[in-house]
Amino acid sequence: MAGAASHRSTLGNIAPLIARRALSSLLTLFLVSVVIFTVSGLLPGDAAQEALGQSATREQVIALRHEMGLDRPAPVRYMDWLGSIARGDPGMSYVANMPVSRIISDRLPNTLTLAGITAVVSVILALAIGVGSAVNRGGKLDSMLNVVTLSLVAMPEFLIATLGVMIFSVKLLWLPSIALVTPDASWSETLRSYALPVFSLTCVVVAQMARMTRAAVADQLDRPYVEMARLKGVPFSRIVLFHVMPNAVGPVVNAMALSLSYLMGGAIIVETIFNFPGLASLMVNAVTSRDMPLLQSCAMIFCATYLALMLVADVIAILANPRLRA
Amino acid sequence: MSEGGEGANGAAIEVRNLVIDVAGPNGARKAIVEDISFAIPPGEVLALIGESGSGKTTIALSMMGYSRFGARISADCIRVGDLRIDRFGEDALRTVRGRRIAYIAQSAAAAFNPSRPIMAQVIEPLLVHRLADRRTAQARAIELFRALALPSPEIIGQRYPHQVSGGQLQRLMAAMALITDPELVILDEPTTALDVTTQVEVLRAFKAAIARSGATAIYVSHDLAVVAQVADRIAVLKNGRMCEEGPAAQVLESPASDYTRSLLAAVRPAARPASQTGREKVLAVSGLHAGYGRVIDGIPAIPVLRDVSFVLRRGATLGIIGESGSGKSTLARVIAGLLPAAAGEILLEGERLPPDMARRSREQLRRVQLVFQNADTALNPAHTVGQILARPLAFFHRMKGAAADTRVAELLDLIQLPREIGARRSTELSGGQKQRINLARALAAEPDVLLCDEVTSALDTVVGAAILDLIDGLRRELGIATVFISHDISTVKAFCDDMLVLYSGNAVEQASRAEFAGDTRHPYTRLLIDSVPEMDRGWLAHRAAVERAALPGAALENPRGEALCRFLPRCPVAVAGTCDTVPVPLRQAGSHAVLCHRTLADLASAGIMGN
Amino acid sequence: MSGKIAQTLRTLPISGRIGLGLVLFWLAVALAGPSLAPYPVGAFVDRDVFSGASARFWLGSDYLGRDVLSRLLWGSRYTVLLALGAALLAVATGTSLALVAAVRGGWTDEIISRTMDTLISIPSKIFALVLVAAFGSSLSLLLLIAAFTYVPGNFRIARALAMNLVALDFVQVARARGERAFHIALREVLPNMIHPLLADMGLRFVFVVLLLSGLSFLGLGVQPPHADLGSLVRENISGITEGALAIIAPALAIATLTVGANLLIDALKPGAKG
Repeated sequence: MAGAASHRSTLGNIAPLIARRALSSLLTLFLVSVVIFTVSGLLPGDAAQEALGQSATREQVIALRHEMGLDRPAPVRYMDWLGSIARGDPGMSYVANMPVSRIISDRLPNTLTLAGITAVVSVILALAIGVGSAVNRGGKLDSMLNVVTLSLVAMPEFLIATLGVMIFSVKLLWLPSIALVTPDASWSETLRSYALPVFSLTCVVVAQMARMTRAAVADQLDRPYVEMARLKGVPFSRIVLFHVMPNAVGPVVNAMALSLSYLMGGAIIVETIFNFPGLASLMVNAVTSRDMPLLQSCAMIFCATYLALMLVADVIAILANPRLRA
Repeated sequence: MSEGGEGANGAAIEVRNLVIDVAGPNGARKAIVEDISFAIPPGEVLALIGESGSGKTTIALSMMGYSRFGARISADCIRVGDLRIDRFGEDALRTVRGRRIAYIAQSAAAAFNPSRPIMAQVIEPLLVHRLADRRTAQARAIELFRALALPSPEIIGQRYPHQVSGGQLQRLMAAMALITDPELVILDEPTTALDVTTQVEVLRAFKAAIARSGATAIYVSHDLAVVAQVADRIAVLKNGRMCEEGPAAQVLESPASDYTRSLLAAVRPAARPASQTGREKVLAVSGLHAGYGRVIDGIPAIPVLRDVSFVLRRGATLGIIGESGSGKSTLARVIAGLLPAAAGEILLEGERLPPDMARRSREQLRRVQLVFQNADTALNPAHTVGQILARPLAFFHRMKGAAADTRVAELLDLIQLPREIGARRSTELSGGQKQRINLARALAAEPDVLLCDEVTSALDTVVGAAILDLIDGLRRELGIATVFISHDISTVKAFCDDMLVLYSGNAVEQASRAEFAGDTRHPYTRLLIDSVPEMDRGWLAHRAAVERAALPGAALENPRGEALCRFLPRCPVAVAGTCDTVPVPLRQAGSHAVLCHRTLADLASAGIMGN
Repeated sequence: MSGKIAQTLRTLPISGRIGLGLVLFWLAVALAGPSLAPYPVGAFVDRDVFSGASARFWLGSDYLGRDVLSRLLWGSRYTVLLALGAALLAVATGTSLALVAAVRGGWTDEIISRTMDTLISIPSKIFALVLVAAFGSSLSLLLLIAAFTYVPGNFRIARALAMNLVALDFVQVARARGERAFHIALREVLPNMIHPLLADMGLRFVFVVLLLSGLSFLGLGVQPPHADLGSLVRENISGITEGALAIIAPALAIATLTVGANLLIDALKPGAKG
């Protein structure tokens, strides 16, 4: 049985595995769309009635309902809705009276930049903190970092953001408290605009990420193969690098992906505080104005991003695991 | 070295007054190993014998200056060759570990890093101690693989640990240990996790490799018969102290301590008298097929049991013997209805039991009781012993209140535990006590059939022997027919009236105790019996001399194919042209049945050829 | 039982004791706070706005000249009780579903798990926003929304716990005896999950506090005239340029509550040093 496994080509083994995993992600995304449509499109009641207000006559409501397509059966409306989103044209925003796709394509790049910078910064920091405290388990550094990250995890985003504003823009006057992200802004201006949002978001994300990284690495350090390596006289640094890390890749990447999904929640608050023209603040506006087409599109983008992150993490874990690879 | 001290100058290893302690809950230090002294002459093997908690592994690891869980090692002297381990700091110890002193762990599956190829791990000691370049190291490894009788030594190193078998992995770990030509090799229960037929091969490979390297060795084990094959000296440990130490022959043949004598007695239990049995069949199983996956025509996609039949008479014990994966535990689960049979019949006193327990009546469930293998997980840690025992009373006998309390106390008397234990939780009990409670719970139902699934395999030998005695006594006293499942053939031989040997889901042999004592045997049964080490120190060498065909290997894989003999790939007496083409017949004489192409007469003479 | 608690307290590390102190403090405030408030919650009592701490107004006044301390005492009641209710509801629901899934297995498990997997793929804040947009944010709706948002998380943990337990022999023993699923779930499985479930409830509590105060901070949570701690931060956000106590005090209140709870949970975790 071992012989057969090693003769088979590497790719031949993994490709179906990854394909299956990707398919499962797609299925989940489909189910998510059902949930979002049901919750935001079917359950809340009559959008036509609401649009016209209490004073509208029955005939007016029925007419508008027909115009909006609300009188069709739910599955038909859902398929219609799903089709429009899949085509990238989810219709008109009720409030802005503009195509939703235009509004989103204006905002999405900003959020992606913000999230991207934050992700890079936090992954580097979290790796350093997580691995650092795991290899110093039980030591002073570890317990200190434990309390710090534990507190940071429980800190509301708006507290970090407002404290950041108070210190860096109000007291020190270093950074702007409002992010002015415009295409014609200079490099240094853009950088300064991003500084505080990135700082706040990083604080939110990095603590969780570092804790999960530490747990993953510490779990590997407890394995018998680590003891065996020590009894072979392998130096500790080499044990961590060559023995522990290859095994920790899967869990660590998973931890990172999970924590990055925190980033979306954090972005909602942080973008709002800094008036950052991104997707998350757009979504908050959509909620306030009950602009359902816009809200649904934003929600689907966030969910798709989350599922894509988890998929990438799982694929990396599959590639890193020789049991699945070879 | 002048530091060696008097009287042990010639010794390769010397330990004087070793103490290992751990920090207790209130800061006080508690010794887990105390007052240990021994010396090993160069090239000899010292066995550390003891049960769990005896400190044998802790002592062995202290030879490398290593301790687990922050335990502290102190000694007047720990000397390995010219190295004073007790005076070394962590950096100095690192240069010694894996170079001068090597370690072979109990579970190679856990000790190998799952995500690195085997070769990289085997040559790592040479590389980190800068003893050879990669190319030389690999050549040396391949040489060792060959010496350890590993298959395809040139390429086996390219595999990952999960791609080779347990027995091979254990030998690969020996290669990893021996690659630096260490002066001291520590073997920590290196064959305990292996099946008995695999154990022999590995044991022989180890013994030869160590002898060839000329290293001194410490062999940690709980199994006296295994130790008898490899040790020159034996140290017997109990609760972190040494009971006795001396030449192997002396310790085995004329032990000085009572504890050693009790260990020896527990290894090979004396045969019990035959049971008082009636003619009537309490349990009759016929044509049982079971497994996992979709069932087509009574055969599941992944079959575990194939066409198993047996009869259990009133008051009798049936022993079911098999290695891991033979389906013996599955058989118990199928009879209990936990895994519904795909085909076949289970008759309880002539009454047909529905295959799925969900369809059995409460009364039917009561009459067949299963005692699980592992009492650690079979008792709910959230309940007290009293609650655990009271539940079947309420469930089966509608017994509540004072009556139930009285019965619980009686049950505790029955299993020879103090009544106060009823108020405790299972987590506060020892392994043996837990297994007694586990047994009492089954007895509370007042069953007609008791299924005991490897009830002693998780226990130390002496504790296990006491449990066996208890079960034997109670089943005779209460007249309960018992199915006794075990991988240990000597236990089954001593306790059971009838035997059934399972191989890869087939009942390859059934016999009464008298028939089983004869020479007529299925080739697999013969292999099984011959693989059990005897206390005789020459057994391993003798066995090597009489052994014939290469036996280790996997069972035949043809899940849905016709009934070819599944032992064929390993069979030393296979008949070419018959065994690989014709379905295997069942040969019967009296109550003796053997699943083999060879006639019973052939098989008897095969036995004479073998021994 | 009480001896066990005392024993646990004695071995609690410093961070755990601080956490316990903070949690008990905020529980007491939530229960008794409003009756201690020096001024009515909505009364305009100070002519000045965003005034600093003084003998009359211990925590100064807010953007309308109301007493910050009084509003804080009321606000913490909303924050703590809403979160407690939602966390309890989430854990009760998630764990019940998990027990059903684990004990019944098969299709039941398949369907419940698939549903929960779907729900957990919607990041919790996003999900909460969609729910608020769809249903509004009255107090009872907020409680339900917060609970619903965290059911899948608890389900996942509870199911993993229950699955591990169901695979253990003592559950097999109960099955072999013929016990009903209800008995197995409640008597055999659940008692062994209590400790990790309590820890998880603590975590859910922290999450809900953060979620609800975040929503309130965005103006989507607790609506006037009610105000939780998040609302207090929001309504005083214009004071940020002066570093007003009116904005710092409620923000710190939330932080001390959640950090305290987190420190306590971490210290009670099995295997925690101390």
